Amino acid sequence: MIAESGHYALVLALGLALIQSVVPLIGARLRDVALMNVARSTALAQLLFVGASFIALVMLHVNSDFSVANVYENSHSMKPLLYKITGVWGNHEGSMLLWVSILALFGGLVAAFGNNLPLSLRAHVLAVQAWVASAFYLFILVTSNPFLRIASPPIEGRDLNPVLQDIGLAVHPPMLYLGYVGFSISFSFAIAALMEGRIDAAWARWVRPWTLVAWIFLTLGIAMGSYWAYYELGWGGWWFWDPVENASLMPWLSGTALLHSALVMEKRNALKVWTILLSILTFSLSLLGTFLVRSGVITSVHAFATDPTRGVFILLILCLFIGGSLSLFAGRATSLKQGGLFAPISREGALVLNNLLLTVACAVVLFGTLYPLAMEMLADFKMSVGAPFYNLTFAPLFTLLLLAVPFGPMLAWKRGDLLGVTQRLLAAGVAGLVAVAIAWGWATGGSTLAPLAIGLGVFVIAGAVTDIVERTGLVRLPFATVLHRARGLPRSSWGTAFAHAGLGVALIGIVCETTWNSEYIATMKQNDVAHISGFDVKLDGVLQRQGPNYREMIAEFNVSRDGAPLSVMTPSKRSFTTRGSSTTEAALLTRGASQLYISLGDANAEGAIAVRIYYKPMVLLIWWGPVLMAFGGVLSLSDRRLRVGAPKPARAKQRLQPAE
Amino acid sequence: MTRKQRRMTIIGGSLAVLALAAALVLNALRDSIVFFSTPTMVAEKHVEPGKRFRLGGLVQPGSLQRGDNLAVTFEVADGNAKLPVAYKGILPDLFREGQGVVAEGALDANGVFKADTVLAKHDETYMPKDVADALKKQGHWKDDYGGKPSDGGKTSDAGKPATTAQGNPQGAVR
Repeated sequence: MIAESGHYALVLALGLALIQSVVPLIGARLRDVALMNVARSTALAQLLFVGASFIALVMLHVNSDFSVANVYENSHSMKPLLYKITGVWGNHEGSMLLWVSILALFGGLVAAFGNNLPLSLRAHVLAVQAWVASAFYLFILVTSNPFLRIASPPIEGRDLNPVLQDIGLAVHPPMLYLGYVGFSISFSFAIAALMEGRIDAAWARWVRPWTLVAWIFLTLGIAMGSYWAYYELGWGGWWFWDPVENASLMPWLSGTALLHSALVMEKRNALKVWTILLSILTFSLSLLGTFLVRSGVITSVHAFATDPTRGVFILLILCLFIGGSLSLFAGRATSLKQGGLFAPISREGALVLNNLLLTVACAVVLFGTLYPLAMEMLADFKMSVGAPFYNLTFAPLFTLLLLAVPFGPMLAWKRGDLLGVTQRLLAAGVAGLVAVAIAWGWATGGSTLAPLAIGLGVFVIAGAVTDIVERTGLVRLPFATVLHRARGLPRSSWGTAFAHAGLGVALIGIVCETTWNSEYIATMKQNDVAHISGFDVKLDGVLQRQGPNYREMIAEFNVSRDGAPLSVMTPSKRSFTTRGSSTTEAALLTRGASQLYISLGDANAEGAIAVRIYYKPMVLLIWWGPVLMAFGGVLSLSDRRLRVGAPKPARAKQRLQPAE
Repeated sequence: MTRKQRRMTIIGGSLAVLALAAALVLNALRDSIVFFSTPTMVAEKHVEPGKRFRLGGLVQPGSLQRGDNLAVTFEVADGNAKLPVAYKGILPDLFREGQGVVAEGALDANGVFKADTVLAKHDETYMPKDVADALKKQGHWKDDYGGKPSDGGKTSDAGKPATTAQGNPQGAVR
């Protein structure tokens, strides 16, 4: 009954989405307020029905109803409750349902909180949103129905892939989808603007918070996924330049560009056409990511060719939306009024450079992702494009970007003074050089580029600090005034500083981890001691334990440094009987931002066990960086300027704020 | 500056960055791409020692030998030819004789493939994509090699499964 209700709710949502696709547009044509307002009700009702459908699937998984194929294939009655719930989106059908649920959530949010939008803009936005939704509801109902029944229900399920049975899976995909799908809002706004042929600074002001929300979630989602891979896969890697990872990185890159170009549009009414194009491209890349991940084209081009229903369906959606929106753009973009003028050396100019480097870096990633697929399909030979390719292409572009990052926020709008900014950044530059010198003296081994890269990271952080110091007048003004100015500083300035500093922090983490990571791989017997980076790691013993749906071999290690005991670490290896596969649970010991990492290999006949021990200096900075960036995003989001409709600040107060 | 000059500056700057990116990509394509080969292809094409590539095939049953200090040797076969592989380190969870494997490294002077990375998959029904495709092409594909390779896409899911079941990293030893 639950399965049928869920299915039915999804069909109803499709019906509502179809109504929402057409009626508001007719309303906008006829200037009929009632018809335009239909969009609001249908968007909210859609959210309700898709939500019900999603909850139905969750309930089926929780109840372990194996008469439903999706539950049978991905669940097991012995699985812990948490993983029964997260297993809902640990498979193709369920994750597509999560995708449309989040799409409906965003549509519902626009409907609920978009009261201050012009009526016809809201109607257009929600209609476009409904086009996307209809396409994906159809996709689910036609090719990937999660509510299919099995004629003769089995007694036990096939269990979820063990690697996915982790708290990381509970958080990572929803976060990522909130990011991915969140960009549908800026896409809908862009299409609505093109259809209406009207776009102004207010438009950017409406779009920016939505883009920012999506960007924050995508940032956290990517970081979360990277950390999950790091501790779950057992060998300490955190980024693989894998097509599926690239699929999430590309929307992030163009989304970051969009965030910055929308700023120019909002403040200076310039770069309108470009911002519209970026909105379209960002969501197109999200769709492309969905296609890459969902169609199986990455797993095998040939598998895709033999069972193409799903792949071809998403490919059609992809072509329809990307092709349609780009042709609309081509037809209408010229009619948009050109905006303000600015000198190349100015805040706008810096943001253009930011956009240029980000989109080109994104294009490089796109090339690296699609080139092997294209070659395999066209020329029929196989190759892989991995880290070496991106180190030679992506890294130089990002180095340029990072060099420019501290300059951007300090340049004035319209006409900047590069020399003056350079002088003000002198202290930051010196800090970077000192960091290079220290890293050079300290470091033993590793690339000569590493100290330079650390210097760059320090320069970016120091640059962000300098910006805040300048704005608050720290050092040159009395402390009370500084405090007052700091409080009066727009939150978005703080946000910028935090987000930019986050870049530097992540860079330092990446460089330290890749350059000075030490590893120890050997077989160990009981009471064997491994020495690594000043730590003594002694194997105390190995024990067996029975988990809810797995057997576990736990090794106990005593970690000490200079004879002083530090901690006991217990990495384990789990064998899942149902799938006959095993996972490696690494043990982590955090010391500051560095980590000691132990994971287990196989035990041999004599009771010795293969062990991998890594010492990863500063590794946590890799994820603290994105967290800082996301925090900056949240600060910027709480800026009063973005709360459209909030009362304007008093004039006297406004004069106290430093000019931007 | 006039509007036209400003526009030209921006267009010029954009072209410069694009040209830089294109140069970087072309340069990287020259020597950072790793090609995939099977033992048969290695035998036919006469790959020179020291050139990095990915070797894919099935681990020849009975060929696995463990030496001291985690050194292992085994043979990779694809039905027509086999190639000895030497590796030092921990083999992935699902490394088994008779199962598919992908190793990355280069041939040494004696014609032994020195692998520095060995990849296998977590899911037992999953055969590495490259291996399955190559075997199919040569007509050595049998269903008892361990299920449908296309199933790999289904087992892993949600968001970014690459690092768990689809991409090369999982079970990888570096």
